[in-house]
Amino acid sequence: MSSLPEFEYATPATPAEAAALLGPDWTDTVVYAGGMDLLDLMKERITAPKRLVNIKKCDALRFIRTDDDGALRLGALVTLAEIAASDTVRTAHPALAQAAGLAATPQVRNMATLGGNLCQRPRCWYLRSEDFPCLRKGGDRCYAKEGENRYHAIFTEGEPCVIVHPSATAVALSALGAEIKVLSKGGATRTIPMAEFFLTSSQNLQRENVLKPDDLIVEVSVPGAARGLRSHYIKLREKQSYDWPLADVAVAARLEGATVRDPRIVLGSAAPVPHRAAKAEEFLANKPLTEENAARAGELAVEGAKPLAQNGYKVTLYKVIVRRALMALAGGEEGRS
Amino acid sequence: MTERKISIGFPGAQKEITVEVPEGTPPPWDLKSAHTVVGTDVTRVDGAEKVTGRAKYTYDLNLPGMLHGRILRSPHPAAVVKKVDISAAARMPGVKAIVLAFDEGQIGTKRVRYAGDEILALAADTPAHAEEAIRAVKVEYETLPFVVDLDEAEREGAPQVYKDQPNVKPGRPRGNADEAAKRIAAAAVAVEATFRTQVQTHSPLETHGHVIMPDGEGLKVWASTQGVFSVRDGLAGNLGLKPEQVRVITEYMGGGFGAKFGPRAEGVLCAKLARKAGAPVKLMLDRKEEHLAAGNRPNSRQEVKAGADKDGKLVGIIVRTRGTGGVGGGAGCTIPAIYDFPEDGIYKEEADVHTNAGAAAAMRAPGHPQGIFALEQTMDMLAHELGLDPLEFRMRNDSDPIRREQYKIGAKRIGWASRRNKTPGAGTGHLRRGIGMASTLWYAAGGRQARADVEIHRDGTVVLMQGAQDIGTGFKTAIAAVVAEELGLKPSNISVKTGDTRLGYGPGSGGSTTTPTVAPAVREAAYAAKLKVFEAAAAFFKSKPEHLRAADGMIWVEDGSGAGAENRKSLSWKQACALLPADKVTGSADRRPNTEGFRNTTAGVQFAEVEVDIETGIVRVIKVVAVQDAGLTLNTLAAKSQIAGGVIQGVSFALFEDRIMDRARGLMVNPNFMDYKIAGPADCPEIEPVVFQVANGKNSVGAMGLGESPVIPTPAAIANAIFNATGARVFELPMTPDRVLAALQKKGGEKSA
Ligand SMILES: Cc1cc2nc3c(=O)[nH]c(=O)nc-3n(C[C@H](O)[C@H](O)[C@H](O)COP(=O)(O)OP(=O)(O)OC[C@H]3O[C@@H](n4cnc5c(N)ncnc54)[C@H](O)[C@@H]3O)c2cc1C
Repeated sequence: MSSLPEFEYATPATPAEAAALLGPDWTDTVVYAGGMDLLDLMKERITAPKRLVNIKKCDALRFIRTDDDGALRLGALVTLAEIAASDTVRTAHPALAQAAGLAATPQVRNMATLGGNLCQRPRCWYLRSEDFPCLRKGGDRCYAKEGENRYHAIFTEGEPCVIVHPSATAVALSALGAEIKVLSKGGATRTIPMAEFFLTSSQNLQRENVLKPDDLIVEVSVPGAARGLRSHYIKLREKQSYDWPLADVAVAARLEGATVRDPRIVLGSAAPVPHRAAKAEEFLANKPLTEENAARAGELAVEGAKPLAQNGYKVTLYKVIVRRALMALAGGEEGRS
Repeated sequence: MTERKISIGFPGAQKEITVEVPEGTPPPWDLKSAHTVVGTDVTRVDGAEKVTGRAKYTYDLNLPGMLHGRILRSPHPAAVVKKVDISAAARMPGVKAIVLAFDEGQIGTKRVRYAGDEILALAADTPAHAEEAIRAVKVEYETLPFVVDLDEAEREGAPQVYKDQPNVKPGRPRGNADEAAKRIAAAAVAVEATFRTQVQTHSPLETHGHVIMPDGEGLKVWASTQGVFSVRDGLAGNLGLKPEQVRVITEYMGGGFGAKFGPRAEGVLCAKLARKAGAPVKLMLDRKEEHLAAGNRPNSRQEVKAGADKDGKLVGIIVRTRGTGGVGGGAGCTIPAIYDFPEDGIYKEEADVHTNAGAAAAMRAPGHPQGIFALEQTMDMLAHELGLDPLEFRMRNDSDPIRREQYKIGAKRIGWASRRNKTPGAGTGHLRRGIGMASTLWYAAGGRQARADVEIHRDGTVVLMQGAQDIGTGFKTAIAAVVAEELGLKPSNISVKTGDTRLGYGPGSGGSTTTPTVAPAVREAAYAAKLKVFEAAAAFFKSKPEHLRAADGMIWVEDGSGAGAENRKSLSWKQACALLPADKVTGSADRRPNTEGFRNTTAGVQFAEVEVDIETGIVRVIKVVAVQDAGLTLNTLAAKSQIAGGVIQGVSFALFEDRIMDRARGLMVNPNFMDYKIAGPADCPEIEPVVFQVANGKNSVGAMGLGESPVIPTPAAIANAIFNATGARVFELPMTPDRVLAALQKKGGEKSA
């Protein structure tokens, strides 16, 4: 359907004012940033908040800077286009710039904010349609499990719902060990490590992250790039004009000579949360970066995958892109998206 | 009547024929005609309006006091409508009219057969009010068993879509199955395969819809349609009006691809709302409705067997196809008569299978892209078995003189000899390139009814009036070019009025026939009007009208000396028109039936180059060379753009588009442009359109249609290119990474086995 339901609207000028306007639950008040996700959900009548708090006038949330501690800090209102184009980001954390730049369309990237990208709802077509009363909307079943699931999760063990997390930046930020800074209604701030931010469907069926209704993301920080830290992001998609990933991956590691230190491998679009491939990381740590080792890491990255009826091919894709992304770290074969 | 010799065909395959030219009509254009406008690149007469946004489409219209209509549709794939309660909706703010989509007496027994079937429509003062009111309607359904899948619908005991008909409706078989089987069994090589194609929705950028205004007893209608006259007649019939009480206008149209004929359900509902409310109503479908209820290309499952002898001549083919057009029919797949199969070696049998999904509608070359996907891969498979170059194999089996030329042109431009893998899949690395080809034919000489009027005013203004609609093909520009050619003017000098039932009758835009149908009448009308100018100018030249000539904006006496206007006594177009005895003169003409011509069909071939990532199955189309004949081309610029459009839609059908139905609920899961994937700019290959001119005769113009043919061979050419790149064959559309990977794995398995 095409028109929005009625709602109230506020446009605060500072993060503190914005946080003060937030309400006690999601049906009451929500943050409105670029609106790329929220307005669609409202038009589809998946959500119908009474009030929108437009934070686009909170200029204090628009910055990309590197602090003395070496950390890269990005304000919640920075757009995907700005991240993709930022020399600071591209130099220090190429995976993040690549993830932002390969998401969506140029027009969407100009509006879509980092905060919104992290908090957007999943793209499962059953969730997004009011015709399907699925688990996540309070219904009694996950239609994707037995239904049309070519784009759904492959790590499904123990998951009542098999969405994949939609955020591309979350994949890169998880590999980079980022933290999210949150301001809440009372004025208190807290910091949530990326690894603790997202919720699997077994942890929570209604929400995909730990934010409370009166939380406002103000900042995302990526710890100082240790010397020699490299990162790379690859996204595979059916269409080369905008398309959601079939599979995406971010890898980050330091290279000492040819030896891999502290590798992080995070699969996107594979599970209800960005999926850390711990076994593959463990295997690769302190080994030389060779085709064989990268390929082995690819195999290990999908260990434990339980694909659904239509998405077994995704397992193959992850093996390939994990290998390619790791090799791209060595400056070898350019990972192709 | 005078007899006249004309030469038709193309250089190298010229033919002289004698035609009768009726009094007052021009001799037909042929190979010898020297044109200055026709056959050149003519920019669109309405291009500036479109790119600046000044062009107003039906969607853009907003009339004073206009209401907004919306349709309530069944959320169930199969159900009986038990009760409809509109009391709450009627009380919602802004609601002015509500009409049921069926007779009130049917409530309680009315069956809805797909999710998207119309229940009722209402009109309110704003779109938001209309939507809220729709949500306030309460309908009670008794849900019924349903089936949305082709294979399931065929099974014994499957839920029946129509109560007293089986789901499977076989068509009449063609040919002798035993004879064909015998020939194939005796052939030197034989292949057998099952091909599948998916349901594609038309997805025009402008959705279906109308703005309808009560006008006295009648109606004034703006429609996004491919047939203003069919909308007029359909509305008149449904509302008990005379056709002349309904005026339908389509000045600009945002795409149709075959699904926009007649008022359809939404047009009738819109008209009823407008009459009931006594106000104009705009009712345009939204994208979801467009996907669910506005037509589609049916899917197909085609079982093919074919054989060839040791000399590489085809001996027989057996094709059994089934497809679902949902609650509609028309799922046949044409395996057209491109190649020279012996007549009694052909056996064909097809069946429509009903499912609980939106009805199919004609879509750009109905049946052909599906059929060619199967036929052209079969051709490649046979060539492979024979160890023959696929192009050589086609040359041995295609006697069409036009295509035989086109093969050479296309092969050269794609680099067939040098760039193709001699052994399929022979490359190294994970990115593999390959080249494939496929052919097409279409039937589009036009010839149905049409009437054109050309007015020439004393100030030199020329107005061309023709009722048919330009659906984006450049029809307006093509007929302006014809008038300009005839009068020796420029297309921009011609003011063109189209898309209005008050003007001369024009055909619906289907079958690629609008331009070839209308253009001859337009030319003859322009010719008749020109003679009137010549009559007025004859005294000035002290000559006879038939000795005058108009070209380059000038009129002079043609004495055969070959000297141009500058060297002789002449009048400018304006000066000549100033001599007219009346304010304006009009030339009119009706389309006459076609006479003898070069051919009844058009020909085309396409060559595609692809790059396949054999580790991920992702396919990119690098380049498509499309050689296409459209008879005597009126506007080569528009022709090239039609060809490019066809190729792009073909790429999109080949790799992406797919109406995906959830089998458990019987609903489409991707009724939007996010999940229903359509090729975007980065998915478009380099396209090299080659316009192959053929003077076709048949009428005073000799043009043939072009709208449909270029979409036909693209998916097959891509599939053959994938095989050439990888050695793996993909039998099912769309050729998505999962299917390509599966094909590669199967091939790997065969090798190691
Ligand atoms: C055509 C299309 C293609 C797309 N493709 C991709 C893709 O490939 N990859 C990808 O990652 N994304 C993709 N997206 C999604 C897009 O990137 C997100 O919709 C966008 O980033 C959301 O940002 P926004 O600022 O518009 O958020 P909004 O729509 O304004 O908000 C989204 C959610 O985040 C909450 N929110 C926003 N800001 C804050 C904050 N500061 N604190 C707390 N909560 C907040 C809102 O309350 C809301 O719930 C696509 C979108 C479209 C329309």
